[in-house]
Amino acid sequence: MSTASIQSNPIKARRLRLSLRAPSADSVTRIARALLLPLLGLLVFLFAWHIAARNIDTSLGQFPGPAQVYEQTFGLIADHNRERAREAAFMERQEERNAAILAKDPSAEVRLRDYTGKPTFVDQVGTSLVTVLSGFFVATLIAIPLGILIGLNGTLYAALNPLIQLFKPVSPLAWLPLVTMVVSALYVSDDPMFAKSFLTSLITVSLCSLWPTLINTAVGVSSISQDLKNVSKVLRLPFMTHVIKIAIPASIPAMFTGLRLSLGIAWMVLIAAEMLAQNPGLGKFVWDEFQNGSSDSLGRIMVAVLVIGIIGFMLDRAMQLLQSRISWDKNAVVR
Amino acid sequence: MTHLELTGVAIDFPTSRGPFRALNGVNLKIDQGEFVSLIGHSGCGKSTVLNIVAGLYQATEGGVVLEGKEVREPGPERAVVFQNHSLLPWLSAYENVELAVKQVFRNSKSKAEMKEWIEHNLELVHMSHALHKRPDEISGGMKQRVGIARALAMQPKVLLMDEPFGALDALTRAHLQDSLMDIQARLNNTVIMITHDVDEAVLLSDRIVMMTNGPAATVGEILNIELERPRNRIELADDVRYNHYRHEVLSFLYEKQRKPPEGVTTAAQEKNKPAKTTELAQDLHSNTVSDGEKAAHAAA
Repeated sequence: MSTASIQSNPIKARRLRLSLRAPSADSVTRIARALLLPLLGLLVFLFAWHIAARNIDTSLGQFPGPAQVYEQTFGLIADHNRERAREAAFMERQEERNAAILAKDPSAEVRLRDYTGKPTFVDQVGTSLVTVLSGFFVATLIAIPLGILIGLNGTLYAALNPLIQLFKPVSPLAWLPLVTMVVSALYVSDDPMFAKSFLTSLITVSLCSLWPTLINTAVGVSSISQDLKNVSKVLRLPFMTHVIKIAIPASIPAMFTGLRLSLGIAWMVLIAAEMLAQNPGLGKFVWDEFQNGSSDSLGRIMVAVLVIGIIGFMLDRAMQLLQSRISWDKNAVVR
Repeated sequence: MTHLELTGVAIDFPTSRGPFRALNGVNLKIDQGEFVSLIGHSGCGKSTVLNIVAGLYQATEGGVVLEGKEVREPGPERAVVFQNHSLLPWLSAYENVELAVKQVFRNSKSKAEMKEWIEHNLELVHMSHALHKRPDEISGGMKQRVGIARALAMQPKVLLMDEPFGALDALTRAHLQDSLMDIQARLNNTVIMITHDVDEAVLLSDRIVMMTNGPAATVGEILNIELERPRNRIELADDVRYNHYRHEVLSFLYEKQRKPPEGVTTAAQEKNKPAKTTELAQDLHSNTVSDGEKAAHAAA
């Protein structure tokens, strides 16, 4: 039946639509849109990457295409497993040796040495994740209370705004030498709880990532509607009640916008800081591979690039999930 | 005995061209249990009067005395029902009222008493069925009911209502007016209400305070409404006195205080006060005023 004849006969058209069970047809389209289109985009990208990679020759060999990256991913996982097995074997040998010494002379002092193998790719990912979350946590701890205070108090805002505008655009690389020197000078302890490199990365990440949360929280708090402020005044709410019952809930959507931006920045800053400062983490892995210059290096760096992207994406998703759990504004479009 | 007294109230707002006098010499005495409406054209300063009584604005000259004490700051004994309900969107109806009750009765009521008091006030406005709904889950009329419950729950000495039903459709508005009359008959609250609606003013009020146009607006005339309570809107529709009162208000608004007639119906314009120049608007509308008058008389 042609479309023209369907349109000319509304009753037939309705029957036809009923027989097709419109909702299921609709959901098929929706699934297609949700799955097929991104898949298509991915395929086109992989193809273009493959072609481009074949045509780029570097001094370290051909630029890695999808196939080499796939191969290197398993290579890195195998490396990690091998390293873990070696560590287990080392520990076993050490225990045997110690047991033997103790059997001969129960009063002998035995030494327990840590395994000193090179951290694998998976270890580096773990280190970076711990560092970024700690840095982000510290930044949030500073930014949200300060943002609320600035948002509530116009005088404080006027006093601090120039400083915020001044420090907001500073690159992490500019902070890094200063932070390194300050940490070395001030964090002196015989039995340090944290490694200095960890603190340096953490502080650099915090310094760079606190601004979006700070600014968005302040804007959210200061744009609470006059009516709600009047309600608070008529009720003579004490300062803390006003903050807890009105300022914080009202600014939660803006706060989350800031938090998501901050987390994204924290992740980007961390990789750069690790690379420059040779602090353990994914950034160091990339730099080490670059210096290493084997034929596998570019492929391994490409794996790292993709992993950085995937982790960044997952961190953002996690924040989105948190936002939809916490925020009262369920109608807000979360993107 | 005078419950609430405004004496020589004047207020200046700072503008780029120096202070703008929005109100001048407003005098008003209100008795305990009286229901007073403020009516006037948009931008005449009705909301400003209410905000001064609420303590949200400070009068430049004169002042407000409530039960012998001068009003200096906002407080729950002068509860406000805002035009757009002003409920906290993240709290349920119950929690919105609870916030007020916890604040006002934190030293005088036990937890159980507070719960009972919150439920009682929501019952009063017929919202018992939706205690735990949040504002975005209920209709505009219901939100306004919760707003009224919140204000009543503060046990205010004066209830201030800033166009409480302005944003509602006519049927919902009629329901809420009836509810308000019931509540006022039971609790004998002192009420000051701003309205744009002539019928609403005549139906609900003991006195209607008609305000002149700004700048330097003041009380123009005061009309005593001597209709017995309880009042029934259907019976009153044919009542000679009722129609006489309506005519009085309409002739004040459209003959003595000429202004573009659309000002009477659009509540939103009230918010664009007060530094706006009105001369231009008056010039532009001088041709249409006669039409407006005809319409007003036809309506009366």
